[in-house]
Amino acid sequence: MTGSVGTTVTHDRVQSGAILDGYRVDDRIHRGGTGSVYSATAPADHDPGFPIVIKAPLLGRGESSIGVDSFEMEQMILPALEGTHVPRFVQAGDVASTPYIVMERIDGQPLSEIIALAPLPPDDVARIGSALADAISSVHAQDVIHFDVKPENFILRPNGEAVLLDFGFARHARYPDLLAEEREFAAGSAAYVSPEQLQDDRSDPRSDIFSLGVLLYEMSTGKLPFGSPQTLAGQRDRLWREPVPPRAVNPQVPPWLQEVVLRCLEPDPEKRYLFAAHVALDLRNPEQVELSARAERTQPSGLLRHVARWWDQRHGRHLDSRQASAARLAPSIILVAVDTEHPDDERHSPLQWATKHMISLNPEYRLMCVSVIKSAPVGEGLLDIETTAGKHLQHKMRLRHWVEPLRVPASRISLHVVEAANAADTLLSLARANHVELIILGAPVPSRTKIGWWRSVASTVTANAPCSVHIVRVPERRLNLRAVDR
Amino acid sequence: MLIALLSDIHANLEALQACLGHAHDRGASHYVFLGDFVGYGADPGRVVEIISRYVADGALAVKGNHDEAIETIDGYFNDAAKAALEWGRATLSAAQKQFLASLPLILRQQDVCYVHASAERPERWDYIDSRSAAGRCATAAGTTYTFCGHVHDQVLFFETSRGPMREFRPSPGMPIPVHGHRRWVAIVGSVGQPRDRNPAAAYTLFDPARQEVTFCRVVYDAAAAANKIRRCGLPASLAFRVELGI
Repeated sequence: MTGSVGTTVTHDRVQSGAILDGYRVDDRIHRGGTGSVYSATAPADHDPGFPIVIKAPLLGRGESSIGVDSFEMEQMILPALEGTHVPRFVQAGDVASTPYIVMERIDGQPLSEIIALAPLPPDDVARIGSALADAISSVHAQDVIHFDVKPENFILRPNGEAVLLDFGFARHARYPDLLAEEREFAAGSAAYVSPEQLQDDRSDPRSDIFSLGVLLYEMSTGKLPFGSPQTLAGQRDRLWREPVPPRAVNPQVPPWLQEVVLRCLEPDPEKRYLFAAHVALDLRNPEQVELSARAERTQPSGLLRHVARWWDQRHGRHLDSRQASAARLAPSIILVAVDTEHPDDERHSPLQWATKHMISLNPEYRLMCVSVIKSAPVGEGLLDIETTAGKHLQHKMRLRHWVEPLRVPASRISLHVVEAANAADTLLSLARANHVELIILGAPVPSRTKIGWWRSVASTVTANAPCSVHIVRVPERRLNLRAVDR
Repeated sequence: MLIALLSDIHANLEALQACLGHAHDRGASHYVFLGDFVGYGADPGRVVEIISRYVADGALAVKGNHDEAIETIDGYFNDAAKAALEWGRATLSAAQKQFLASLPLILRQQDVCYVHASAERPERWDYIDSRSAAGRCATAAGTTYTFCGHVHDQVLFFETSRGPMREFRPSPGMPIPVHGHRRWVAIVGSVGQPRDRNPAAAYTLFDPARQEVTFCRVVYDAAAAANKIRRCGLPASLAFRVELGI
């Protein structure tokens, strides 16, 4: 934890054994630069039903009042956050007299323990990295930027989910930013801080994506991309300097992983991923990552490019985030369900039209094309199509064919063929796992009985989706005409 | 206790009624009117009548520069504003004029200060248009919270550990924690003549116990208010301002 605490004597505001508004302070679990965390016991009539901790700031002669601002910031933001990627807020004391926060205790493995074992195998980096990206994405979706993404602030639950801790540097878009303009303070943690933070810009969520890039780099190589500079000048290197490519440090790093890591670490936020959810999507679908020159780099770029970057940075390359915030309003990950088992179905063309329209809303969209095929026992077939692999390939080709007329660049789509008995459940779990913001799928064909709709994939998905659902139906008028023709 | 703070109503009856209804629905128990009840709009009489009735029931009210201009012709006003003030002088009853003249410039209640322009020399009608102006206002008020109007946009200024006050542009309807250990200056917005290109009426709710302030925007029949302005012969520019929020 970084603070502006100098060489002053500080002591804890609370001690083990103390009772704060009925909550008993037990053993200290952690002591950081600005405060301590204790395990705690709730009063019997206020049992939240899960284990809790109490966090209290340090108090001391010369203790910076900024530490108090930071504590207040966390006290404002934590209650506003929901979901499994942050500790649940229970209660807080008065900021001025008895500052403390009671929150859920997260049991699991600290990311710092995992990173100590780096370099990790690429599969582990992808798995853990996508969990971290999920947590960051969940916080960003709630209008909060964390600004202190580092190993000490992540805990991985036994189910693999990552939890983001410590919102003392964070910023909520709809709350006053108590830490704006606090130069020395805004700088986060030296090794993980983003170029924008060093320039006092607390407006762009892509700052957290840079810090995530540092974590991915560290997990892949066992090294920090910019070291751990102690001076501000040393930290400012990252405004223009490229790190040594991960593959030059660890040849085991595959090109797709290097592509993702270096894209997160672009000094210019406009060249980074716009959404943490897109980082997660790429880490989960390595074969879909579009490789650029970044993937192939084996040494840091030459002196000339360094100079060019330095020049850009010196002469105020504008870090504009306006377009970025516009893009954040439209769905950024869209899932379309395509029935590749019935390629001649007349719903395909309206489905393509709807998809084309929806992806046009967001310049930074990602499109997941999903085909759920029935599982059938497959033996040693004569033809390729009779084997599982052959069947998958066949459907993947149909998916590719389906999406072709939309003219979507390869980097923006991922194709998924899933064999499952229950299409609705499959679509829903894919949507949840990938932070899908819009599902597009066809309505069931009209049937004489109303039961058709209630049993359909469309109705189940609509009822249970974590996001908006766009149901595409062939206009009845056209169907009636067809009936007359017959 | 939930306090509704309404300022710069400017004789806009439709907007005032919409905001009072909105505040009532949200459980407002106390009302504070922060000045400029007249000027610009078509209904100075009805607006002053409603506010004086609220004051008789215990609401607080302070005087704005337009209210003052009803009694004294002093002060700088553009031509359209002058025309509206003359309309006000002609329309208001003697009792209504007396009510406006009797209003104080500034009020303090416990750790809250209410003023139309700035707590620093309220009679000068200075705009809080900068962080330093907000800082001087907070210092002069000497209270934790200061609520004012005069500037028609909604802004929240707050003190941090050092340097000048900071400025925050709130999102409508979002309760903002305003802890009492630092000073806050809230500009509550204009009920009758918003100027941020959004015609919706603006006012603010303050919950002292929860230490929360919520800046509200209320959609109302701005076209009706604008048509009345045209019908009573006031400059057309005043009608446009209400319709377009400019």
